Amino acid sequence: MTRVFVPRDAAALALGADAVAAALAGHAAVTRTGSRGLFWLEPVIEVETPRGRIGYGPVAAHDVPDLLSAGLLEGAPHRLRLGKLEEHPFLAGQTRFTFARCGITDPLSLEDYQAHGGLKGLRRALELGPVRTVEEVTKSGLRGRGGAGFPTGIKWKTTAEAPGSPRGGPGANQGGAQKYVVCNADEGDSGTYADRMLMEGDPFALIEGMTIAALAVGATKGFVYTRSEYPHAIAAFNAALAIARREGVLGGDVLGSGHAFDIEQRVGAGAYVCGEETSLLDSLEGKRGQVRAKPPLPAHRGLFSRPTVVNNVITLASVPFVLAEGAEAYQGVGYGRSRGTMPIQLAGNVCYAGLFEAGFGLTLGEIVNDIGGGTRSGRPVRAVQVGGPLGAYFPPALFDTPFDYEAFAARDGLIGHGGVVVFDDTVDLAAQARFAMEFCAAESCGKCTPCRIGSVRGMEVIDRIMAGDRVEANLELLEDLCHTMKFGSLCALGGFIPYPVMSALTHFPEDFRTPQKVAAE
Amino acid sequence: MADYEPWNEARGAEIIAAHAGRDGATMPILHALQEAFGCVPVAAVPMIAESLNLTRAEIHGIVSFYHDFRSHPPGRHVLKLCRAEACQSLGADALAAHVRKRLNVDWHGTTQDGAVTLEPVFCLGLCAIGPSALLDDKPLARLDSARIEAELGATA
Repeated sequence: MTRVFVPRDAAALALGADAVAAALAGHAAVTRTGSRGLFWLEPVIEVETPRGRIGYGPVAAHDVPDLLSAGLLEGAPHRLRLGKLEEHPFLAGQTRFTFARCGITDPLSLEDYQAHGGLKGLRRALELGPVRTVEEVTKSGLRGRGGAGFPTGIKWKTTAEAPGSPRGGPGANQGGAQKYVVCNADEGDSGTYADRMLMEGDPFALIEGMTIAALAVGATKGFVYTRSEYPHAIAAFNAALAIARREGVLGGDVLGSGHAFDIEQRVGAGAYVCGEETSLLDSLEGKRGQVRAKPPLPAHRGLFSRPTVVNNVITLASVPFVLAEGAEAYQGVGYGRSRGTMPIQLAGNVCYAGLFEAGFGLTLGEIVNDIGGGTRSGRPVRAVQVGGPLGAYFPPALFDTPFDYEAFAARDGLIGHGGVVVFDDTVDLAAQARFAMEFCAAESCGKCTPCRIGSVRGMEVIDRIMAGDRVEANLELLEDLCHTMKFGSLCALGGFIPYPVMSALTHFPEDFRTPQKVAAE
Repeated sequence: MADYEPWNEARGAEIIAAHAGRDGATMPILHALQEAFGCVPVAAVPMIAESLNLTRAEIHGIVSFYHDFRSHPPGRHVLKLCRAEACQSLGADALAAHVRKRLNVDWHGTTQDGAVTLEPVFCLGLCAIGPSALLDDKPLARLDSARIEAELGATA
């Protein structure tokens, strides 16, 4: 029977992919895959033909009989035919290093994974040994994709060289203490979904990346902390872990190397702040997810006080490419000090919403207008929030900003985990600024005063401004409060929430001084 | 739709014991209890404390820190409606107002007939196809009032 690929990514499921797969059953051999990331076309199905894989979409279950009679299984013309997906402009313009397999392979077939280059990086890491593996990652220029952009190689080197506890721990190897690799899969930023897509669509890439990290730093145990809002990612990743253990990728003898490494997935419980690495570690230890003061760095004293590498899903999933293809191949792409690729996630009110992996350096305007096609509503773009709830709102006047850690920081913004949320001209930036404070108040871990109390006071001050109560005096107070939160908070939650608030104030002052509001004063 | 067991001390003790030996056992225990009983029953708190050699206050502090853990079982269905920015850009605020009015509940509330509990959620990773929601474990996308009516109608 002809093979037809139907995604089972949560977004494709939300758009009816299961019903499409059911309608195709009996007519074709259905293989479930991840998503290619062209979400406005989901569910996208692909038919295997002698000329390659031919895509169709968006396909609803009720389209299937018509598609079949039109010659779907031969890749015949139809109004829903997209042609070869890799030739689709949205995909042809990408540089897919980390997401090379996502949407193409069966996420739970280790055979498929290896046929598409999987485990090559791990095998090379085993040949190179820990020191040269760390060097390779350092040379690649890879920086933490969770948002902080810290050089991954340096973090690994610090953990590898940390002596840890002299007494060691259970399962300690290489004569040293127990060390851990922790993967931060608490992808809480609105507008981001790359971690979810990867864990559902190519989970072995994360397992391979974590295993390379473990070999490099001398860890025998890894944890993945996944948010509870991702039930499909949790299930897919647990299934992949079971396969990896059965096939000897994980366990007492990783690929016959004599090294031991196993991974356990733990599930969060709806606390946004647990995406902050020290809060995540406390949560993993079974405590309230409260932020720790740094130092000590997790690389020195992390999980259960042992040296710990904490990396984001995308950081770890980028490592197999770096090892397999070499640091130069990765380092050769990028912009300034931001090397390699970033999976940009187009979200919100945008026409072509999807995952666009590309080298750093595209301008925000290219991302929103050329790639994203402007708003879904068809109205003018008014604001773009980059980097999640802690990211700044940029107006079209700043669309020349290149997608790069330093360029965004220079304009009082951040790229965070790569989410780009587009708003049309109906957005009220004063309301968005208030939401930022409300969100911070709801999600603050409560440990430091500027965040815990400042967010509540911030909400109140913005309420007064929106009601037209002593607008200028309260705006001054709000700026002062943002300054205190930015420099006085313990972590990025309270420290960065001033970005959306201040950017709204700076770039969209008219929303805080509407004629009605001023008239009411 | 979830089918929860009524609280039973022996069953609770069994669940706690199954996870108590794990590193950082608290979260796995709390999740397992909530999966079985639909909540973390108040009566389970001293039992967890005893088993992990912590105080009741510490366990209460942990349970109450996380938004997910409830002290009472939810309705027959749980609707988690996304309130985050990407969904806001596509009208999530108006949708939420509609749903709250339609169900006649506020956030965290359960409808009078016990059919639906409404929970706010900040991002489901369905930001490319918002406004989005999770009805039990079923992801919903591109929601408007008509679509959500249809989904809620199907739960009745």
